[in-house]
Amino acid sequence: MTLDFSTLLPYSGHILEGLVTTLWLTVVTTFVGIALAIVVAYVRDLGSGIMSRLLGGYVEVVRNTPFIVQLFFLFFGLPALGIPISATVAALVAMILNLGAYTAEILRAGIDSTARGQHEASRALGLSRLQSYRHVVLVPAFSRIYPSLISQCIIVMLGSAVVSQISVFDLTYAANFIQSRNFRGFEVYLVVTLIYLLLAVGMRLSFELVGRRLFAFRQGGSA
Amino acid sequence: MTDFTLWDIVRNLLLAGRWTVVLSLIAFVGGAGVGLVLTLLRMGGLKPIRWLIRLYVDVFQGTPLLMQLFLAYFGAAVLGFDVSAWTAASVALTLFTSAFLCDIWRGCVEAVPSGQWQASRVLGLNYLQSMRHVILPQALRLAVPPTVGFSVQVIKGTALASVIGFVELTKAGTMLNNAAFAPFTIFALVALGYFILCYPLSRYARYLEKRLYGAGIR
Repeated sequence: MTLDFSTLLPYSGHILEGLVTTLWLTVVTTFVGIALAIVVAYVRDLGSGIMSRLLGGYVEVVRNTPFIVQLFFLFFGLPALGIPISATVAALVAMILNLGAYTAEILRAGIDSTARGQHEASRALGLSRLQSYRHVVLVPAFSRIYPSLISQCIIVMLGSAVVSQISVFDLTYAANFIQSRNFRGFEVYLVVTLIYLLLAVGMRLSFELVGRRLFAFRQGGSA
Repeated sequence: MTDFTLWDIVRNLLLAGRWTVVLSLIAFVGGAGVGLVLTLLRMGGLKPIRWLIRLYVDVFQGTPLLMQLFLAYFGAAVLGFDVSAWTAASVALTLFTSAFLCDIWRGCVEAVPSGQWQASRVLGLNYLQSMRHVILPQALRLAVPPTVGFSVQVIKGTALASVIGFVELTKAGTMLNNAAFAPFTIFALVALGYFILCYPLSRYARYLEKRLYGAGIR
């Protein structure tokens, strides 16, 4: 057995291109997915209307089916219904729907653990419904669930490797492409796996850095 | 080209679904076995062993399952083994599962108050005895709900074995789609198949969790 990593060098451009795709997919998903989760959690929090039930169904379907099947359903299924969708858009939509569903569920647990009386008290003190929701419900809930949120975002980033299967040129696609050229499968996958690992570590560190600023009010306090 | 009736599609998916179930069971049972050994080693072991196990867990949790599958598949070839998709998928999913379960179970063992440890040691039980009679029974109660919950992730994870050519539910779906070209129906049915497998487990995990914490334990 011999490992030869030098055959990878001519392909560093491909790896870089794939890395950029994986990164921007992850960044967009993180922001839009969390926004979606807030909306879903808000509507479900309001009560048991038909919207709330529909959103509950969405969360359960996403959480109980594999990402790759969701991806195939969007990418192959929608065009068959006459709705054209590009691979990149399908990937992005699938990733956002995923993060949205998982985060909505995490967020709900965070919201449930905020005492209901606080919400009512802030309303009585004259905050509008949205103000109260933002300052009294959402921010404390986020600060409480932040560790789970970090993990979830990383899971979605790692899961995005699957978008290579509908030919989105991400990091994994680059690895498959290089493997098909130089037949050095193991070396390529080893390097790319290491890049994913670094991405995961980097994401955790940046999230923690942002969290320290966002939730600075909790520091020193008993929370 | 032959025409596919809905029943043809459903029948073929059901046949392939068996392999999703079998692979999930292999991964879960194998992963639980390896995970248990790792958990025990990690709780009692020497510092370098603990450190190595932590690295193992971090690496599997910090890399895509798809990459782990590719590495198992191509890595074995580099080492000179000719592995089937079956073997590669079983090995990769078992290791993946063991890392996550090891992490979940470590949390459960640590959640048992340390006074319990000290008390049992003071009463003259050795490490294994304390573990077996005092710590593990308590940790086990805490461990059941998240373990059941994680089994859902294992089942969903087996879908990725389709990428290295293992014919299970997802692969059968893509193959059927190539022949019948009814992607909307086929992938909706594939998703339904996973949902039928996963949803009861999710519900059961949530029920167990509610019961555990509702009962005021911990």
